[in-house]
Formats: sequence, C-alpha cells, structure tokens
Amino acid sequence: MLRFILTRVSLVIPTFLGITMLAFFLIRLVPGDPIETLAGERGIDPQRLEQLRIEFGFDKPIIVQYGIYLARVLQGDLGKSMITQESVLTEFTALFPATIELAFCAIIFALALGLPAGMLAAIKRNSIFDHGVMGVSLAGYSMPIFWWGLILILLFSVQFDLTPVSGRIDVLYYIEPTTGFLLIDTLLSDEEGAFWSAVRHLILPTIVLGTVPLAVIARMTRSAMLEVLGEDYIRTAKAKGLSQFRIIALHALRNALIPVVTVIGLQVGVLFTGAILTETIFSWPGVGKWLIDAIFRRDYPVLQGGALLLGVVVMAVNLLVDLTYGLINPRIRHNR
Amino acid sequence: MALLEIENLSVEFPTQGGIMRAVDGVSLTLEKGEVLGVVGESGSGKSVTMLALMGLVPFPGRVTADKLSFNGRDLLTISDKERRKLTGKDVAMIFQEPTTSLNPCFTIGFQLTETLRLHEGMDRKTARRRAIELLEQVGIPSPEGRLSSFPHQMSGGMNQRVMIAMAIACNPKLLIADEPTTALDVTIQAQILDLLVTLQKERNMALVMITHDMGVIAETAKRIMVMYAGQVMEERAADDLFRSPQHPYTAALLAALPEHSHDGRLATIPGVVPGLYDRPRGCLFSPRCAYATEHSREVRPELRSWAGGQIRCHYPLGDPTREARLNADRPVPAKEIAS
Repeated sequence: MLRFILTRVSLVIPTFLGITMLAFFLIRLVPGDPIETLAGERGIDPQRLEQLRIEFGFDKPIIVQYGIYLARVLQGDLGKSMITQESVLTEFTALFPATIELAFCAIIFALALGLPAGMLAAIKRNSIFDHGVMGVSLAGYSMPIFWWGLILILLFSVQFDLTPVSGRIDVLYYIEPTTGFLLIDTLLSDEEGAFWSAVRHLILPTIVLGTVPLAVIARMTRSAMLEVLGEDYIRTAKAKGLSQFRIIALHALRNALIPVVTVIGLQVGVLFTGAILTETIFSWPGVGKWLIDAIFRRDYPVLQGGALLLGVVVMAVNLLVDLTYGLINPRIRHNR
Repeated sequence: MALLEIENLSVEFPTQGGIMRAVDGVSLTLEKGEVLGVVGESGSGKSVTMLALMGLVPFPGRVTADKLSFNGRDLLTISDKERRKLTGKDVAMIFQEPTTSLNPCFTIGFQLTETLRLHEGMDRKTARRRAIELLEQVGIPSPEGRLSSFPHQMSGGMNQRVMIAMAIACNPKLLIADEPTTALDVTIQAQILDLLVTLQKERNMALVMITHDMGVIAETAKRIMVMYAGQVMEERAADDLFRSPQHPYTAALLAALPEHSHDGRLATIPGVVPGLYDRPRGCLFSPRCAYATEHSREVRPELRSWAGGQIRCHYPLGDPTREARLNADRPVPAKEIAS
C-alpha cells in the first residue's frame, strides 16, 4: 500500500513540472506587459518602466526567469500578487473554500441525479425514459456553461424571482469566516436566516457547474450498468432468487461504479475549469474569478501560482480516487 | 407426482430478421432424485430450456408452454415473488464459467451466506458456520480461510466448487448443471463430476446435466435427452440409448465419439445446425440426415413415445417396418429418371 502511494506520488513530479512550465510560458505568450497594464491608459515614463522591469526581474532572459521562479516554488514561495502585494498562497487559501464549497455541491448534485438516472436508463433500456435521459444529458454536455448560467439567471432570478442573481450570501449578513465554508459558518453563527440565504445563493451556481458532470456521470453509469447487467454473475444472482432491487443496488452497482469512479476523478479537473466560468457569471468570490481577474491584469505570479495550486489539488483528488478504487474493486487491491 | 413436468415448452427471441425459436416444443418429465443428461450441439437450445425453467431467459425472450410445473407448483402462473422463493432454494443452477459466474466484488463468504440468509433466514453467525460446512462438503481445503477470498484469487475448479456449494446450500430438490466442466481442465472435470454425482446420491436430489460431451453424460446420467435445433430428438434410458440409438442424429453423435473411430479419422456429421433463415419445413435434421426422404423433408415429425422413451423421427432405427417405408418414400434416384 505504502509502495503504491509512493510510486503514485513520484509520478506526480513530471506533471508538476509540466504545470509550472505551461503556466509560466503560456501567460507570457499573451500580448500585454503587466507593468504597462498596471499603469493604465495614462501610460508610464520609460525610465520608470525600465526600473520596474528590473525590479520584477522581467529584464533577464526568459529561461533565467523560469529558473528563478521554479527555484522559489520549490522552496514553497509562490510570490506576491503584483496588484495587491499580498502573498499568492494567502489569497488562494482565503478564496479556495468558496470554490470547494461550490464544486462539492456541484459534484454531489451531479452524483445524486446522475447515478440513479443512469441506472434507471440502463434498467429500462430503449424506453422513453432511457431516450429522454440520454438526450437531455447529451444536451447538457454540449451546453456552453456561460450561456446556460445566463439562461437560468434570466428565468429563475429575473423572471420568477426565485433565487438571487449573484454572490454567496445576502449583504444583510456578516459572517465571520471560521472554516471558510459558508454553509458551515452560517450554521455556527447565530445570524437567523443566514444559512438559507447561503443555500439559496448556491442553487443556481451548483446547477450550472454540475450540469456537465451530471451528463457525463449519467451516461457513464448507464453504459457501465448495461455492461454489468449482461454479466454471468448477475445471472447467478438471479438464479439465487435475490430480489431485483438487491441485484441492481448491490451486485450490479458495485461493479458498475468502478468506471464511474474514474470518471468522477477526471471530472474534478473539468469542475475547476467550469468553476472559472461559473464564478464569473455569478460573481462567486472563489479562485476562478480571482484567476480571471488576474488574466485581465496580467498578474503573472497569481496566474502561475493559482494554476499550479489547482493542478496540485486535481492531482491529489485523482490520487485519492485511485486509492478508493481498491475499496470497490478487490482485484486491484490484491494485485499490488 | 413427478417433480418436474414440462409440456410443449417454447422460447422465442424476436430478432431483426424475424422470430428465432431457441426452444421448440420441448416436453419432459423428471422424477424425484432422477439424473437426466441433456446433450446437443452448441445452439441446440439445451441451456435455454433450463433457463426457461429457472425464469432466467434473458430479455427479450418469450417463454410459452402448455405445462410447466415443479413440485406441484405451476410456474406459468406463479408470481415473481413466489418464484424467487423457489429459485435458489428448491431449484438451483450452476453454470459453465465458474469464474465469471461469481461476483468479482464480493467475497466467497458473502456470496455463499447471502443465499442462506435469504432462503433459510439464518443470522450472520449460523450462516457462516453453515457456509464453512458447505465448503467442506464440496472439498475445499481450509474452508474457514477461504470465506474471505475473492473469486479471482481462486482457480476455476475451486470456483466451480464454490458455485456448487452455493447451489446446494438450501438442499434443492433439483440441481441444474449447465456444462459445469466445459471451462475446466480434464483432471478437474472428473473431480467435479464425481462431486456432483456424490452429492446427488447423498441428498437424493434430481440432477439435470447439460453437456455436449457424450462421455460426461455416459458416466453420470440414467436417462438422456438429445436435443437438436431447439427440439427434443430422442429421450430414453442411458444404457439403452448408448446400446441402440433410435434416432439417426443420436447414432451420428455416438459415431462421432473418438473411441468409435476405426481408421484413425473422426467421423463427423456434415453440415451445420439450421439457423434462423434456413430452418427446414420438415424434419430439422433432414438436411444432414443420411436417411432423409422426400417425406421427412416435407413433413415435420412429432415427438412421440417410442421404445420406452420419446423420439422425433419418421423412421426410427429400431423400427422393423423402416426399410420398407424408407424405400417407398425415397424418390426415384435422379440417374434413373435421366435414362
């Protein structure tokens, strides 16, 4: 077990280096100088520009800049935001809980609907329900997130006035961040109605962010389930006289979950990408919106650090998924 | 009262090319404690017949019968819930591929005790104790340790023993073994067959042994049913059938056994089992039959009583009037017409 974890962690190293490189060089390919962007329309005195470029180290050859950056990262220093002069890590940790909260709700939403929908579609294959679920999930999968978000806001927030348009909580409430997760913090605080306000604010972003994973999980569950239902051991289970429910919910689902769990791990990456758009649409104060702002400001350290940290989180989740794999699939557990 | 009575059982599968009859008018009775062998080529409908009895015909198969009764219960009108109480308890089945027939995600112990807890209402501890006993009975060494094993950690032979233990867990009145040794090594085959026969005798349960191996059946079955293209061709006592087969198909099958080859070459039956599109109008075996006549190609023989069993043939081999009728029904050879 320990050896397995060590091998997996060592595989993370090249990926880690790859992310630092991509984040570092890609943002520098984007036209626009961070200092000139910082100065705004009034421009900047060439002498002062030169001085600042030296200060930020932009005068050195790009490879040297990367080397310096990498050396600092390896020492745990992700640098400071060029705009706020705040440490990238501090900003990230302050904003990340909001993203986690949203992503977590989205994946729960996707699982809670996707698993049963996929299972039912498989059991009632070729029925109207099956075709309906598959059609809707294809539509959901193909939907541009920003468009979908705007449509939902127009419908539920503007037209029917059911949900708030944006933000995490009503401005009326002030919640002291204890855990950073508003659903928990509002319960801890004695502000009445704050929790429901937080829940109401979560509904639309959760749906928007959860739509793609929901579609993927539903389709994956259906195909995995269909395959499993044709297996010999399902026939054995029937020959034992087990109830239909037990056969599906225990004997079939456990096997069908194996590919689904992999997909869930891969969806975490998609979730963070989606979070960037979703957070922008709903003015959700998470790392997604923070990164978008950083792009517009050419805030190199924030972009590099943010991308790297998100990459690490995605890798960690996938490692975790691989470990849970063994819990569901005994064949993997014992082959180590 | 017979334990199992089947009359005119048919199983049909709608396909894009039309309706496929996997089982066509099978009739069969089985007494308590009797051992029946069912032989036939692949696709002859022997497995599907038994799956129909178990209520396990895969979607979208349709089962029809004039009578289908087990132990006095009518399986055609029984509710799903009642039927589930029977399957796995009074009728049990083991399959061809032991390793894929066990669920890879659950331990042997779990899969074995599941049956006991469901049908016998045992608690965890009692079921566990009983599971160990059962594994012992089917000859699995150190059964206690095996309870926590997964199917992939055991050999095919061991897995088939587990399947057998699972099947006999609730003392079934009828055990159906669907090619139980096909996927196993020859040495293991003999062990598994011995085990099945021993268990059958000890418990006096009826046993249906499905196989395409005449050798397997000769050693175990008292009565044999030969199937071809979904139909019963012949059904008689085993000794009788081996000594003097009555159906040309049975005779051809026996002649194809390696021990019957004389010049070192294996005898074969020319042609293949008819499929969905080339099902003959008359006798289904007529395209491959050495004795086929115009009459047998046109008129399908009915299953009828014959020589202490059943047969589906116009000209049984032991019929004294056979030669004369064959000559009468045979068309004039093409050569003579030409001349």
